[in-house]
Amino acid sequence: MTIKDISKTFFAKLAKFQKNTKTSVRDPDSLNVNVRNYAKNKDNGPIVFMKGITCRFGNLIANQNITFDLKKGEIHALLGENGAGKTTLTSLLYGLYQPESGEIYVKGQHAVIRSPSDAINLGIAMVHQHFLLTLAHSVTENIIVGLKSTKGIFLNLDKAEEKILQISKKYGLKIDPKSTVGNLSVGEQQRVEIIKGLYRDVDILILDEPTGMLTPMEEKALFEALRSMVNQGLSIIFITHKLREVMEVSNRITVLRGGNVVGIVKTSETSEDELARMMVGRTVSVNQISQGSISKTTPPTVLEIKNVSALGNSNVLFLKDIRLDLRKGEILGIAGVDGNGQNELAEVIAGLRKVKYGEISMDGRSIANLSPRQIRELGLSYVPEDCLHTGLILEYSIIENLVLDRWYTKPYSNKLFLNKTEMMKFADKIIADFEIKIIELNAPVSSMSGGNLQKIVLGRELSRDSKVLIVHNPTRGLDIGATEYIHKQLIKQKENGVGVLLLSLDLDEILTVSDRIGVIYEGKIIKIVEKQNTDIDQIGLLMGGKAIKT
Amino acid sequence: MVDLVFTVSIIASGIRLSTPVIFAALGETIVERSGVVNLGIEGMMLMGAFGGFIGTFFTGSIFVGLLFAISGPIMMAILMAFLSVNLRTNQLVAGLAIWLLGTGLTALLYRLIFGVATISPKINEISPIGLPILSQIPVIGSILFSYDPIVYLAFLLVPLVHIFLFKTNLGLKIRTVGENPRQADASGVNVYRIRYLALIIGGALAGLGGSCFTLVSTGSFLENITAGQGWIALAMVIFGRWKPFYAVIGALIFGMVDSFQIGLQSIGTAIPTQFLLMLPYILPIIIMAGTYKRSYAPAALAVPYRRGER
Ligand SMILES: Nc1ncnc2c1ncn2[C@@H]1O[C@H](COP(=O)(O)OP(=O)(O)O)[C@@H](O)[C@H]1O
Ligand SMILES: [Mg+2]
Repeated sequence: MTIKDISKTFFAKLAKFQKNTKTSVRDPDSLNVNVRNYAKNKDNGPIVFMKGITCRFGNLIANQNITFDLKKGEIHALLGENGAGKTTLTSLLYGLYQPESGEIYVKGQHAVIRSPSDAINLGIAMVHQHFLLTLAHSVTENIIVGLKSTKGIFLNLDKAEEKILQISKKYGLKIDPKSTVGNLSVGEQQRVEIIKGLYRDVDILILDEPTGMLTPMEEKALFEALRSMVNQGLSIIFITHKLREVMEVSNRITVLRGGNVVGIVKTSETSEDELARMMVGRTVSVNQISQGSISKTTPPTVLEIKNVSALGNSNVLFLKDIRLDLRKGEILGIAGVDGNGQNELAEVIAGLRKVKYGEISMDGRSIANLSPRQIRELGLSYVPEDCLHTGLILEYSIIENLVLDRWYTKPYSNKLFLNKTEMMKFADKIIADFEIKIIELNAPVSSMSGGNLQKIVLGRELSRDSKVLIVHNPTRGLDIGATEYIHKQLIKQKENGVGVLLLSLDLDEILTVSDRIGVIYEGKIIKIVEKQNTDIDQIGLLMGGKAIKT
Repeated sequence: MVDLVFTVSIIASGIRLSTPVIFAALGETIVERSGVVNLGIEGMMLMGAFGGFIGTFFTGSIFVGLLFAISGPIMMAILMAFLSVNLRTNQLVAGLAIWLLGTGLTALLYRLIFGVATISPKINEISPIGLPILSQIPVIGSILFSYDPIVYLAFLLVPLVHIFLFKTNLGLKIRTVGENPRQADASGVNVYRIRYLALIIGGALAGLGGSCFTLVSTGSFLENITAGQGWIALAMVIFGRWKPFYAVIGALIFGMVDSFQIGLQSIGTAIPTQFLLMLPYILPIIIMAGTYKRSYAPAALAVPYRRGER
């Protein structure tokens, strides 16, 4: 199938779907009825009601005429892809932005929320996608800063700690108030954020993508705490783009797409497929990428890591005794919680970090402590996690970025002069192959969007004739369409015989595309298993450092 | 005996010489804890020195002098706050502008008021007060335990600033604004107001520090009389890891070295005076190179804040 065919079918499906979605919005008209009833009937009405909300950033409409209601005692999921406008909508409710038009009612009262402290006074707290915590301060200090209720000049930490422990017990949110936040795990930091809200006696809690960085175990604990909260009368807005989560934890779901509400459904009356369709605007294959046949004979190893140890950023031994073999034509997924050595592992292989002990060989040749260029020339491609800073030079044009690794070779250079025509030709090909949207060939790439930047790096790395491909969080922050595209590219590489090492925080991604799965924990690969012989629960336990017998 | 007196008086004058730096460094510690770097302290100190001088010169009251000493720098601090907080100018550039403003304005005003006088006008300096009992110790007592009230004030402020920053609600707000203004904002702390407040306190303290030059040491004003000590104060904040007590240790080291080199000059050595004069300024560079660690700095230092920006 050519690109043209794909896009043709895509648009056909899109058109078809757009017809469908019109009907799949369950009650767009009844919303207006709602408004009228609402004024009459304050007690049974929703605890939060947002009506006709529009919000713009420059030319971009982040929210368009959105109506949203939250009932008392429910977990209401806001579902949508990256950029759908979920964070914006809730930020309006939390007073971080002001809507251009529309009205907000909280507990039956018309509310103008100018700042977060207005929101807190109304009983609304928000736990942000990126935590708002001061790492250098203690848990208690983080929680009480800015409290309106603290009277007097001096801090009263003892009293605050007591109240924190009470809340912690009441909802099962374990925390030590005295510890420094920078030393806490992500899950614990999130608890601090939640307690910060509860400490202010709020009864409406907004959680923005709360599970992004949690292990499955921590996720379970969070969901339990949330259920205990709604049972005790709180109401929760739960933002996510993950279908599995909404199905598991929510009572109702509002789906956003491109700044519009495309549906409001009860969780019990919908399915992952329906939600996915609403969210993306077309049919997507949820977790059903073809795997290709796995051959019976074990293919040869292309990358072998033997007992490798390396220092971390703070000069202590961080990678410990890594053992791993990557085979030709497979995708080996490495799962793990952020910061357990994924970056260090990738850098050690790519020659960006020194191998302290141990041996790495690629296709039979030792590559440990060679220079990055030597390793690349021997057949390594590397898509780093932080494409913006490690993968690209933002001040350079797309052409220059695409030839970063080959400008000194023929035909792009004849040792003395660069051959711009050849570079241009190459760039044109990559731009077409990877459907990169560009405005100006010679402009710095810094003006391009995240998805396109990712494609430039992919284009450069995948167009090499490589034996090993390392990809680190390749789809973080991308929408479903782009994610699907990148997964297909990875599978294509594997089918061409490349050994792909996929380091990802997204467990669903790993389970979707990998042939084998390894788990990295505190700088060690603690287990590698065939995908058929494992499931999300087992991997989850391993990610939390719980080794289990199988 | 003479040796003892000499040593003791070097220590005493070291304490005196470190006072301006202590004031300015305490102020700058508060300012930087709120996430603003104020490179303008040197200019603010000059303004303080000048304000203290003319206030006292025209009214004869030291009290009015002190009031003048802090009001000029406070106005400059408000300007700095407007530039760096509201307009989000690069703080380093804004700070340099404030420094130049202080240097230029004091020189200009001084000449406008006094003309190019051959004999510089003088005021009566503040007279030292002995500490009860301690200053009665024979020989060294009157040297080591007798200072101008403003010196006592500086040392009294050290624990007060520490308590202010680490034990009060307002101090916690300031520190949070300096570490994570977005969190502070989301918790209902007015980031702008806190930064204004920190800068104003910092300006007042820089002004007090500057006033030491005219009200205490010389009794007269000279162009650039602060001789770069605002910059020393900046260095001492970093050396002190943004903690008042440590910053004061740095300031004291500066004062002692300065006093020592003045002592050396007075007894006469083979070392050229230029080198001696350099000593107290070179030392901080060496100390800084050995002790600087980014990780101690407030996380949002020198980063302008705008609500809703990503
Ligand atoms: N502060 C901002 N300035 C400019 N554009 C923004 C800002 N915040 C969000 N946007 C844009 O608004 C759209 C919606 O963003 P957001 O609400 O964060 O989506 P979501 O949370 O659903 O991923 C996106 O296109 C995003 O780029
Ligand atoms: Mg978001």
